[in-house]
Amino acid sequence: MKKDLSIKKAVPEKGTLGEALSSQGVSRRSFMKFCATTASMMALPPSMIPMIARAMENARRPSVIWLSFQECTGCTESLTRAHTSTIESLIFDSISLDYHHTLQAAAGSAAEAAREAAMEENFGNYLLVVDGSIPLGNPGYSTIAGISNLDMLTETAKGAAAIIAVGTCATYGGIPHANPNPTGAVSVKDIITDKPIINVPGCPPIPVVITGVLAHYLTFGSLPDLDHIGRPKAFYGQSIHDRCYRRPFYDKGQFAETFDDEGAKKGWCLYKLGCKGPTTYNACATTKWNNGTSFPIESGHPCIGCSEPDFWDGGGFYKALSMPTENLSQTAVYAAAGAAAAGAVIGAMNRGKKNTSNKIHVKTTIEDLNK
Amino acid sequence: MSASIEKGINALKRQVDSTVAAFFSSCVHCGLCAEACLFYTETGDPKRTPINKAEPLRRIWKSEFTLMGRLGKMLGLTKKVDDKFLEEWQELVYDSCTMCGRCSMVCPVGNDIALMIRKTREGMAAAGQAPEGLIGATTRAVTIGSPMGVKWPALRAQIRHVEEDTGLKVPVDVEGVEYMLLLSSMEIMNFPEFIEAVAKIFDKAGVTWTISSEAFEATNSGIQIGVSDIAAELVQRIVDVAEKLKVKTVISPECGHAYTAIRWDGPNLVGKAFNFKVRHILEVLDELRKDGRLKMASKESQKLTYHDPCQISRRGGVVDEPRNLIDIVSDDFVEMPDTGKMNWCCGAGGGVSANERADEIRLKVFERKKAQIDAVKPDAIISACSNCRIHLEDGLEEYNMDIPLLSLTETLAEHLADD
Amino acid sequence: MTEIELLSWARGPGLQIATVIFVAGVVIRIFEILVLGRKANLAEAKGSEMSSGLRTAVARTIPDRTTFRRSSVTIVSGYIFHIGLFVICFFSAPHILFLKDIIGFGWPSLPTPVIDAFAVVTIIAMIATLVNRLTNKVMRYLTNFEDLLTWFVTFLPVITGYIAFHRIGFTAPSLLAIHILSVELLLIVFPFTKLMHAFTLFIARWYNGAISGYKGVAS
Repeated sequence: MKKDLSIKKAVPEKGTLGEALSSQGVSRRSFMKFCATTASMMALPPSMIPMIARAMENARRPSVIWLSFQECTGCTESLTRAHTSTIESLIFDSISLDYHHTLQAAAGSAAEAAREAAMEENFGNYLLVVDGSIPLGNPGYSTIAGISNLDMLTETAKGAAAIIAVGTCATYGGIPHANPNPTGAVSVKDIITDKPIINVPGCPPIPVVITGVLAHYLTFGSLPDLDHIGRPKAFYGQSIHDRCYRRPFYDKGQFAETFDDEGAKKGWCLYKLGCKGPTTYNACATTKWNNGTSFPIESGHPCIGCSEPDFWDGGGFYKALSMPTENLSQTAVYAAAGAAAAGAVIGAMNRGKKNTSNKIHVKTTIEDLNK
Repeated sequence: MSASIEKGINALKRQVDSTVAAFFSSCVHCGLCAEACLFYTETGDPKRTPINKAEPLRRIWKSEFTLMGRLGKMLGLTKKVDDKFLEEWQELVYDSCTMCGRCSMVCPVGNDIALMIRKTREGMAAAGQAPEGLIGATTRAVTIGSPMGVKWPALRAQIRHVEEDTGLKVPVDVEGVEYMLLLSSMEIMNFPEFIEAVAKIFDKAGVTWTISSEAFEATNSGIQIGVSDIAAELVQRIVDVAEKLKVKTVISPECGHAYTAIRWDGPNLVGKAFNFKVRHILEVLDELRKDGRLKMASKESQKLTYHDPCQISRRGGVVDEPRNLIDIVSDDFVEMPDTGKMNWCCGAGGGVSANERADEIRLKVFERKKAQIDAVKPDAIISACSNCRIHLEDGLEEYNMDIPLLSLTETLAEHLADD
Repeated sequence: MTEIELLSWARGPGLQIATVIFVAGVVIRIFEILVLGRKANLAEAKGSEMSSGLRTAVARTIPDRTTFRRSSVTIVSGYIFHIGLFVICFFSAPHILFLKDIIGFGWPSLPTPVIDAFAVVTIIAMIATLVNRLTNKVMRYLTNFEDLLTWFVTFLPVITGYIAFHRIGFTAPSLLAIHILSVELLLIVFPFTKLMHAFTLFIARWYNGAISGYKGVAS
């Protein structure tokens, strides 16, 4: 198995990142730029940049095993959307990606063999990255090499130093988990409870968020500050609403009512078109996508809240947050109709009671005034 | 046959209608009614808050006529209406309320609280919780014909005096006339000058009128004690003679609750619309004024102010007429602060003056009226209710205030033009 | 349950339950009142019932001078929070959208800083009304559990709405869910309490005006 080194990159397997980069012709300047970008993404002071650089340079490229379960491969696509050699792609040079369905050259038993070899060799030290949800309904819903997702995850997690769940499917169940969840899909944290897990949700997550988290782990060997549902606060600490450039329009009360009206053309707030920005935590509004080109709201589409758990069941992408998700007017009409009937009956009872008391009333005379 | 708590509760049930239900549903416990009630403002006792006085009615409405109340009753969660509770409330419903209706004017959600207290009295009385003084007055009214025990011979004697003093004839039991005048016992006994004034004015104006020897009493104790059956009986007496004498209009004299009883409650009590009109003496006089049949030869020289009797003004609708009349007999007239329909009660109406137990509080709350009078500093006070008049005289005397109380009718008669 | 699940429940089944209880409760209570009816008035009328009733339904909003002087704290604090609630409920953009979903049409909204200011003023006014209720002699005597409960369920949506908007404490989906749930609590409690006055006061005022107007007195 160890002989199948062709699946790995053409780099000395025990080499450092520095050696790897120079052999690839990556300049020192590009490398420092990457470290500086990473530091700023993590909200770390500039003084830490040399530390990041030194750490990564000398990092023994840790083994990374990437398991893909019930997923659409969108997370991988997001990460690898590099038209030119972008900084994000550099991350692949600082890790030893020993197993990845989409990116690996091998297939079949050779691929599984590579995985097992990496696990054995680096037991306790490798990084496990997971995308896609895990079906609990029937193991047959999603298998790799005949092994169910659940088995493969529990098996592989045993020797992992930490687990990074990438994408909303792995972090919270994602689209398979959406109503009615026919496969019984669950997230990584629902299965693995004894390993540190970093949740990097998004559908897909922003590329630099993925790489930033990896970089943090590589640099510091520890998990970044996480929020109450396991997301790195550096990237998921602010809501889209609080960082959105269209916020002033929200505050002024200028909204797009349809996708092509005056307001839409003027770039007004998309709250009325169902924007979930106010309840979504992610870095889209600041970091943006495609190297900072744009993000959904800027392109005129309301945020769908893809980095939040259960966003698929969040009441409809085009229904504003303050709107009820069910047809309340119909409910109200039925309730009123039923109540009118009930009210008529109760009213009749009231009148009946009055009639009775009128009937049993005997004229009061002066004799009746004393007890 | 005697009073009982069962009768009281049944009486309260009969009083619940959509107005009562709407009112109790809307009360938000804001307390504004207390600040409009002189029995609270002059004593500072929060249990005299008007809406609180209607608590017996509220409990019956809640437990008998609301879904949640009925469910609560089944679970034994309702507040009881028993003898002990009603006895505790007697002082609030009878001694501390004249049904003046000022609370009904200020309630922000529109509750007619005075009406609710009136209705509450039905239950109190049927349960035997009416004050002794009122029971006595009512008994006399039913058996003798007058709460003060005034019989026809006493009135006939007063009429004789009037005829002697004026040289005019006071028509008695005359058929087919325009007006039949009622009189309150208070007027007959204490202010017979009123009869003289009416005789003079009607004579000058060429009005045909009469007094009935069979039913002359205007005061309706049934309204004051809060027993509609008795009130109806008293009204029926008037209806009977009015129809017998075929009069066009019955005149309610200078008495507050008498007007409410005959004008607004009357037909509803006896269950039939009247085939005659009912007017207050001031309304009749104002009509005469408009017709040019009431002319003054002179005017009052003293500074006058007007005390609006609650049942005539706020609860009766006769607000402008007195002012039109004062206008022709005075050039020095000033309104009290809070006047017209918002004037303050004298404190003695609605049976309070017939209730000896309430004497002390009645005098205490006069201070509200006193404050109004002090603000105006009039030479004399004009009013149109003999009960107000007697009580105000009491109060003024208590405070050593030398301000005469004048009847508007009498004042007009005094200055009546000769031709 | 995740935050978004809680929020979706609040916006979905939660609102439906609350709507049913609220609508049914209000309708039943109004029927309970109106079906009782009142006897026809056989006395000769001096004025019109209908016009006087309608007039009082509106005019009773304005207190007379003496009453105002005697109860200024109650009246002023009461009006401030009622007006505040009205502006917040009917002129904040998200709320207008909510109503638009139910009744089919909306209207222009006020800018959020304005709504925010109204919220602050309303919160202060409501605290003032509570203090007044607990210190004013008359109100203290009248006040019972229901008065305190209704204050609480009315106050909760305002304060949770303010907190949700400013995202203080928890994360946004939870805060928004709490706010919507607090409104549902208000809706459920509403028909069983004096909060019904929001509807019945028009009936009561009309009756008051009608009774007085019949006699020729403007009330």
